[in-house]
Amino acid sequence: MTYQEKKSIVSVISAILIFVSYCLFMYPRYPGVGVESSEVFHYWGSFVLNLTLFSIVAHIIISIIFNIVFRMTTNEKEPAFADELDKLINLKAFRNSFFVFVVGFLFAMGSLAFYQPLHVMFMILISSGFISDVTGSVTKLYHYRRGV
Amino acid sequence: MGKNLVGNHIRKLRFNHDEMTQQQLADKVGVTRQTIVALEKGNYSPSLELAFRIAHAFNLPLEEVFFYGDHTKQ
Repeated sequence: MTYQEKKSIVSVISAILIFVSYCLFMYPRYPGVGVESSEVFHYWGSFVLNLTLFSIVAHIIISIIFNIVFRMTTNEKEPAFADELDKLINLKAFRNSFFVFVVGFLFAMGSLAFYQPLHVMFMILISSGFISDVTGSVTKLYHYRRGV
Repeated sequence: MGKNLVGNHIRKLRFNHDEMTQQQLADKVGVTRQTIVALEKGNYSPSLELAFRIAHAFNLPLEEVFFYGDHTKQ
């Protein structure tokens, strides 16, 4: 298995771990029933912002650890640049990821249109962000294994 | 994913050029080893520029490295 394939697998696993652990951390902090709407908006706003920051930092740390482990186990250096195949696969991954997020965004807006509670909209929006991230990594893995 | 119609003799040519490794060829033509692996497996059709660079690396014309369609029918 090549570096890019291993990296895609690590990306999928780390995205799932980061998202699940963050949700488990934030779930008990959800404001209870009868709280002002500004509190609820504050909760969801900080949920998204903190998740973004947390996942960026966690991804960087996991990537550094992965590169160290890869070098130690294979005695190979990771590729220092992205060539034409990498760029093509990245584009396809981005397209699929973007498509999934847009569908999720539309569902989130649809939930508001059908008078669903506010938290449903935020949950769909955040879930679609997570699924689109995973979709991007799975697309990369698929194309690195099966070709373009 | 369907197989690409552009085939190549890269694996054979590497062997004939002092058993050049995939990494050596990749370094010579400026791509990653993953791309050479994908090309040899027939999973990727290179850009025209990369095809010329690979042919150049073997000092051969393009058509002796790459072929279109089923090679056995030629």
